[in-house]
Amino acid sequence: MSVAVGTQVAKARRGRRGLIALALVWVALLLLLPLAAIFWTVVRAGFSSVTHTLTQPDVLHAFQLTAIITVITVLVTGVFGVIVAWVLVRQRFHGRSLLNAMVDIPFALSPVTVGLAAVVLFGPGGWFQPFFAARGIQVIYALPAMILVTIFICIPFTIREVVPVLEEIGLDEEDASRTLGASVWHTFFKVTLPNIRWALAYGIALTTARAIGEIGAVLIVSGLIQGKTETATLFIYRAYEERQTAEAYVVALVLAAVSVGLLIVIEVLRHRQEKERTRT
Amino acid sequence: MSIAAQPIGSRNRLVGSPHRTVAVLRHIALRGAAFVYLGALVVLPVAAIITKGFGDGFSTFSHAMAVPGAWAAIRLTLVTATIVAAINAVMGTTLAWVIVRYRFPGRRVLSTIVDLPLAIPTLVWGVMILVLYGPNSVLGKAADALGVRVLFTPLAIVLALCTVTLPFVVRNVQPVLLELDEAEEEAAATLGATRRATFRRVVFPAIRSAVIAGTLLTFSRCLGEIGSVILVSGNRTGHTLTAPVFIFSLTSQFRFAEAAAVATFLFAISFVLVLATSRLTKRREVSE
Repeated sequence: MSVAVGTQVAKARRGRRGLIALALVWVALLLLLPLAAIFWTVVRAGFSSVTHTLTQPDVLHAFQLTAIITVITVLVTGVFGVIVAWVLVRQRFHGRSLLNAMVDIPFALSPVTVGLAAVVLFGPGGWFQPFFAARGIQVIYALPAMILVTIFICIPFTIREVVPVLEEIGLDEEDASRTLGASVWHTFFKVTLPNIRWALAYGIALTTARAIGEIGAVLIVSGLIQGKTETATLFIYRAYEERQTAEAYVVALVLAAVSVGLLIVIEVLRHRQEKERTRT
Repeated sequence: MSIAAQPIGSRNRLVGSPHRTVAVLRHIALRGAAFVYLGALVVLPVAAIITKGFGDGFSTFSHAMAVPGAWAAIRLTLVTATIVAAINAVMGTTLAWVIVRYRFPGRRVLSTIVDLPLAIPTLVWGVMILVLYGPNSVLGKAADALGVRVLFTPLAIVLALCTVTLPFVVRNVQPVLLELDEAEEEAAATLGATRRATFRRVVFPAIRSAVIAGTLLTFSRCLGEIGSVILVSGNRTGHTLTAPVFIFSLTSQFRFAEAAAVATFLFAISFVLVLATSRLTKRREVSE
């Protein structure tokens, strides 16, 4: 009997070690080796190549454009995301499940399709093209379309994070605040917002990461005008296609570094959120 | 859910008062804002694509789909998505299991690293794969020596897709595994069940819907993914040109109707999958 138990335990230990090794090898192969490879390539190319790339006007402009698009996207999806989440959780009405399904659509649409839709709507011969052309507003192959498609792609993140938390906290605290005479706005900012703050922050962090990394949709709607409608990811794409690989690697590494920083923020936020959830 | 499910209208202590009217108006205004926001930003683009894809009816659609390379691109995308979804189902479950159940140095770091694909831009993953398997790298030379070509082949597409979808199954399965009571597994083991049988009969039924949800999400993401693929696949029509890259190349040739037809086809598949995923996740939350 004890021999049998002994082999069982040994087997379990072997299986355990095997699975851990498999998991580590998989993650190393798919995630860590690629990161190490680009890091090593940039380091080997030397510091001067980094400074040379990061002082080019095109590169600076690309980072600036990415920052503008990201900030606007975060603001719009943040504010409207909270409104949609609130309506979905706190209101019962016909068409609620329709609204809910609409939130999921961006997950089902390829970024290229989103870009294509923007061209169909605002491009040559598009539905809204005459309207904006008459007012001299360039939408497609310009900043407005780039912002629109990025917002579209980022819509679900905030909503999907805030909805479950709103459902969990329920109405008790809000009701108490209202009964005690606080105004709706006061209740929202003093009761509701503090309750959802970590979920909202997490949603914003995910949105930021996605907005910085967006490529498929802006590839189509930007028109790829160098130094004008070129975001950081589009710069990498063009630089690579034009065989300026050194520049492409440096900008790619910078984006990767920013993203890793963001990931650490996301991790911290998730722990906060989980801690808060277990407390309630 | 139970508390929130109570409709606002049932709190009728303010019925008839002017406060009540203001409250109702505010509710309608917020609801209207939600519908306008999603209607303008989500429904309009989808309507535009479908209208463009079908134009004057089904003949436009079938005509557009007859573009050389369209079916080859769709087939390649479906095949690679299936392979990646299958790999991800197995490896994602393994990763979740290792992270939740085993204690070893580096476990926390592993759990954080799994999220990297969500943070790092997909195009940057593509660039990194180019560097890692390029002709000047150790891995590229090793693969060459073995006679395996990675870059600009379907293998590179699968590799890129596996990388960017790596967290999907893990993040779906992990919370369910965390809540699973290990006592049941111990009971099964005590009753003489082998570890394999315990996993099949006790653990798997509990995590099944989470695994399926993560796998469907992976599949649907693979149908639309372009950033990580466009640089590494080589984009040869009929060989390594995926459907999203095909849509991109049609669009840059101003062939919008054809592009919209392919896009509509992909969207139809993806939308059904995303709805199914959403249902699965919700059912799990309700059953908790």
